[in-house]
Amino acid sequence: MTRRRKALFDGVRDMLPMVLGAVPFGLITGVSAIGVGMVPGDAVLMSGLVYAGAAQLAAFSLMGPGASIWVIVLTIAMVNLRFVMYSASIAPWLRRYGIASRLLVAYLMVDQAYALGVLKFRREDADFPRREYMLGMGVTMWLAWMAATAAGAILGAQLPPEWQLDFAVPLSFLALLVPVVRTRPMLVAALTGGSLALALAPLPYNLGLVVASLSGIAAGAVAERLLASRPA
Amino acid sequence: MSRPEILLIIALAAIVTLAERASFFISRRGLNLPKPLERALTYVPAAVLAAIVTPSLFRPSGVAVGPIDARLIAGLVAGLVAWRTRSVLATFATGMLALWGIGWLVG
Repeated sequence: MTRRRKALFDGVRDMLPMVLGAVPFGLITGVSAIGVGMVPGDAVLMSGLVYAGAAQLAAFSLMGPGASIWVIVLTIAMVNLRFVMYSASIAPWLRRYGIASRLLVAYLMVDQAYALGVLKFRREDADFPRREYMLGMGVTMWLAWMAATAAGAILGAQLPPEWQLDFAVPLSFLALLVPVVRTRPMLVAALTGGSLALALAPLPYNLGLVVASLSGIAAGAVAERLLASRPA
Repeated sequence: MSRPEILLIIALAAIVTLAERASFFISRRGLNLPKPLERALTYVPAAVLAAIVTPSLFRPSGVAVGPIDARLIAGLVAGLVAWRTRSVLATFATGMLALWGIGWLVG
């Protein structure tokens, strides 16, 4: 087996445990898409094209009467801002490849692929087939994500509305939010964002969400400064 | 929302998300984010996720225990489970079971 093929299969193998963790989340994404009135085909299309679970669920929580398309897209952009950080961090490792390869790697990059990729590149030598490793991981998760969404959407379409499956959306956000809040500045960011969003909820087009998010981010950064400058 | 609106959201979201993922892949030169921006970005998940979830827990659902809505109770129970277990599946299961349980007891 050539080194490149081996790197590709190593990528697939290293991603499989992560797939197990993502499947329930994908199922919930599919169920929630049906809960907000999407057809199963569109739910799978969204998983394939947007390929970002938290952003997809954020969009579902805003879809409804009177929602603004622009606020929904802006919210997706904010939830996915972490990809800018990942991109800045991993791009230097892939500089030797052409633009098409780099774009494909970027398209398939999710949290798990980023984290595993950087770990692997630090351990391996300079000639390690990084592109193949990233693509092995990326394609594995991408296919699993669409399959899980499809299964959730088909299941969700069978379930009666009395089951209130739209509640899956806030629940999945709780599951994402709680582990993020590890430090006091993070707690300040979350409390500011959450309470302002609640207070500003009557604003049209979900604009309260935008203001609350930006204020929460600013509050977190300020809290970090204040806590760092405080004498111990 | 109508189906054309949903498809437009999917298309725009796909473009924006790819732009974010590819932001530092476009140029071959190594770029570094300005430090204050990098620091601010670390607070994006906490602020945005909390801003999304909080109003949806306080939205009246019609079922309530005294003055407290069933969804808020179920959300608090699920939040506790999320904190203790860090499991998406356990959080989801507890929250839904709590919501159904309250509905069954009250309704």
